[in-house]
This record gives sequence, structure tokens and C-alpha cells, in this order.
Amino acid sequence: MSSLLEWAPVRAVWRREVALYRRYWASTSFAAVSEPTIYLLAFGYGFGSVVGELYGYDYKEFVATGVVATAVLFIGAFGGMFNTFIRRTFQHTYDAMLAAPVDVHELVTAEASWLAAKAGVYGCAPVLVGMAFGLDPSWGMLLVPFIGFLTGLAFALFGVWVSAIVPSINTFDYVITGLLTPMFMVAGTFFPVTQLPAWAATAAWFNPLFHCVELVRGAVFGRLGIDDLVHVGVLVLFAAVMWGLAVWKMRARLID
Amino acid sequence: MSLFTVAGMRMLADVAISLRQVTKRYGDITAVDRLDLDVPEGICLGLLGPNGAGKSTTMRLLTAQSLADEGEISVLGLPLPQESKRARALMGVVPQLDNLDEELTARENLEVFAHLYRVPRAGRRAAVDRALAIAQLTDRAGTRTVKLSGGMRRRLLIARGLVHEPRLVLLDEPTVGLDPQVRQELWSLVARLRDEGVTTLMSTHYIEEAERLADDCALMSHGTVVARGTPARLVKEYAGASVQEHYVPAERLAEIERLAAASGIPTRRTGPSVSVLKAEQLGEGLRAELGEPSVRRPANLEDVFVVLTGENVE
Repeated sequence: MSSLLEWAPVRAVWRREVALYRRYWASTSFAAVSEPTIYLLAFGYGFGSVVGELYGYDYKEFVATGVVATAVLFIGAFGGMFNTFIRRTFQHTYDAMLAAPVDVHELVTAEASWLAAKAGVYGCAPVLVGMAFGLDPSWGMLLVPFIGFLTGLAFALFGVWVSAIVPSINTFDYVITGLLTPMFMVAGTFFPVTQLPAWAATAAWFNPLFHCVELVRGAVFGRLGIDDLVHVGVLVLFAAVMWGLAVWKMRARLID
Repeated sequence: MSLFTVAGMRMLADVAISLRQVTKRYGDITAVDRLDLDVPEGICLGLLGPNGAGKSTTMRLLTAQSLADEGEISVLGLPLPQESKRARALMGVVPQLDNLDEELTARENLEVFAHLYRVPRAGRRAAVDRALAIAQLTDRAGTRTVKLSGGMRRRLLIARGLVHEPRLVLLDEPTVGLDPQVRQELWSLVARLRDEGVTTLMSTHYIEEAERLADDCALMSHGTVVARGTPARLVKEYAGASVQEHYVPAERLAEIERLAAASGIPTRRTGPSVSVLKAEQLGEGLRAELGEPSVRRPANLEDVFVVLTGENVE
């Protein structure tokens, strides 16, 4: 049935995504740039005037790097959850695709990797906006799209998995408020996790987004070390587990 | 693959679709029940039956989107589900439900499926143009699908399943819910497929559709085929040559049914009347007892359909 992962079906599914992207690129790009701008204005100037500096960084720079993670999280997880659910249940797009020589694991891989690519590209927007607000350019910034891709991939697969286990689209509210919101608050995005009580700081280590934030700051501020491979490892592991779960549950939903 | 196996497969593939004792259950419901069905290459087989007879499940089994609990299935000589991906590459599927991408143009919808069906790059443009011509949408190629009429969308849906010039096409209720005018158009499209030697499996519950398009009909009820043959043969065998309809009060309807049944003559309700089938076989005595009918008409496939699948639809 399906053991190999073929390249042709993955590319074909991307082809559809590209065609759709031509319709909505303007609104997506607008949101990707304006959101970090708002965060930077609100937190950077509002909050930053109280905080001033944090660990030697200007608070605006701290936020600009943190917001990369939230952008990546939202593109990956929301895309994985909502797009996948709507295409599967309302539009029946996947039924049409699976009647062609495409298998479920290829479909899931294609959908998630497309979202990951978008996360990689739009994850750079906060850094660019940050530069407009005075963040110094660095070579390490060139790693941001790759960190965004990996994190986006993992969260997109998480979203696909969730979309296949929820009974209705309303259930996403529990996931967003109960899981994603705390996740993006306690990841060192707006304040460092070291400020938190010990148990929460420990919990952050189990938050994939925390590892994304660490990698982004390390890359942008040019202090990446060999130790940071741990963060990459956690994200790769998270992505791999989510791939397995997403394929398993999507297959159960699409093939009866 | 060696030439020998190519030749061998070609021989096997003289039967385009083969199902052997196939059973598919969903919980307590048996959707397909020990189904045997063969579709020779090059014909249009009409799969007839009421809603819930198992037609759509049978279609899904053929693309391995449903997996059988028991039995053997092969498509174009390829065993399912093991070789389903190769089988799907050779097949075109037109679903009952319109699942076109509304945001995309007619051309883009076809392009996506040309990629999904792996039409080689060099021939892709031509394949899409050809499919647009089949759908008669060449001058609407750049129109977003959401702006197309119901008939245009259905033509596009069919053309999407033909973009890779498949040898076998599965049409699931191709004209359900469409105007008579639009149905005519689609029928000529399906008839052309058959003329080109494409094997077609078409499920429908429109009798006229099957009568006009199908070389052969399989009548499904409760998950299995209850009758198989050309429309003419089925009519002759199960409904005879002529039918007489009696428009009479309700008590008399039941009486006519009882009288006919006692002589082994099939009847069916036709709204306020009762139709006595195989009217040419009525004996003199019974003919007199039934009285003068209100209408005499030739037997048709609908008579067969109702007699074999029951008067009441669950």
C-alpha cells in the first residue's frame, strides 16, 4: 500500500498550495508584517519604557526575536488545524486527492511542509521589522528561516493531528486557549523563563516553542554554541512524533 | 518490468474491474455484502440501485479509499489494496460531491490534477487544454470556479478526472441534481468516452441515464448485485414486454396485486395506480378478472428496478 514517500505527489500538492497562495498572499503578508509591528510598538515602547534592558538587550530586541516564535507557531498550528479540518470535512479536497496516486503520508507531509515553508519565510518578518526599530543586522539572522521551518513543520504536524482527532471545529477553542496560549506565553517570548518559578522554568523545557525562541535569540545575537543542538534535537523529535501521530489519525479519518 | 509481464498483464487486464466475494462492514451495517462484479474492458457498466444499496462504497473500494473486510479486488490487473497507487494512476474518478477548488480558476483546477496524476511536464499544457475543451470551458479557462454555473462545474469535475487520459473512469452519480438540459450535455460527454474505448463504471439511480448510456447494467440491492445484463435483457426478463396500469380505488389495488401474485405475475405500485408487468403473459381468465386497464405501455428499466430492489427505500 504505502511505504515509500514519493516526491511527485508531494510536489503536486504543493502546486495546489502555490495556486491558492496567489489568491491570498497580500493579506497573509500584510498580517505577517503588521503583527510584529504592533507587538513591538505595544510591548517594545509601552512595556520597554518600564523594563529598559533585559540581560543586556534592549527590550524591543528581546521582543522582536521572541515574536518570531509566535508567528511560526500561529502559521504552523493554525494552518494545520483549520486548513486541514476544512479541506477534509467541508471541501472534501482530500477525498479527491486520495483518488489520485497520492497516499495519506504524502498528503500530510506535503501540507505540513508547505506550512513550514511559509513559517520559515514569514518568521523572518519580525526580525525585519525589528531591524526597522533598530535591531543590528547579523549573519546569524540567516538561520532564522531554517529555525522557522523546523518549528513550523512540527507545529503544522501537531495541527494536522489535532484536526484529525477533534469531533468538531469548535473543539479548537480548547486547544488554542488551553494549550497554545500558555505555550506562547511561557516560552521566553515576552519575558525570560528564568524569571519564572522553578517548576515553570522546568516546564518550559517541555515546550517546543521555548527551544525555538532559544535558537532564534542565539542566532540573531550571535551566541549559538554546540549546546544549542539540544534545542534542534528537541524540535526534530517533536516533529517526528507529530508526523507519526498526524499520519496515523489522518489515515483513520480518510481511509475507511 | 520486462516485456513478458507487460504482455501477461495486458491479458489479465481484459477484465478492467474484478470483485470477488467482497464484503465491507461499517460497524453493524454491511454496506457491501459478498459482492461479485466483473467489468470487461471497453464497456460502460451502469451500477444501478437505490440510495444505500452500496454503490458509493463499491466506488471507494476501487480506489482503496475504503478497505474491504473480505474478498479480492483487482483493477486493470492490479490487486488491491497492495497495488492501489498504480491502479489509481491509471484511473479517473469523478466524485458525486463537487470538490473543485472554488478559489482556483478552471485551468488551475485542471493543472493541479495534471500534477497529481503525474502527466509529464512536456504534455501537461496540452492535457489541460484538452480537458478544458472536453469541459467546453476553453474560453472560461481563467474564470474562478466559484463563478461557474452548476452545469459548467460538473463538466469541469468530469474533465478533471479525464486530464490524464485514463483507461478506466469511475463516475459516481454524474448528473445528480442537474437540469435536464445539463444532463443531456453530460450524457453526450460520457457516450464519447465509451466511443473512445474507455472503460466506464457509472453509478446512478436515474433509470434513463442507465438506459441511454450503459452497455450493461448491474442492479444493486443491500450491498450485492441482484441482476446483471443489458438494459433490454433485464427488462425482458423481469418486466416482460408490456405493462398495464390500473387506476382504481385503494382496496382494488391490493386485490389486483393479490390476483397477479397468485399467478406469478409481478406488479408494482406506480403512485395512485398499480402496474401489472409482463402483461403479455396474462391468461384469459386473469385478464378478465383484472378488468380493462387505464393505460398500456411498454415495460421499462424502472419497472425492473422497483421489482428487484423493493418498493420501499430505507
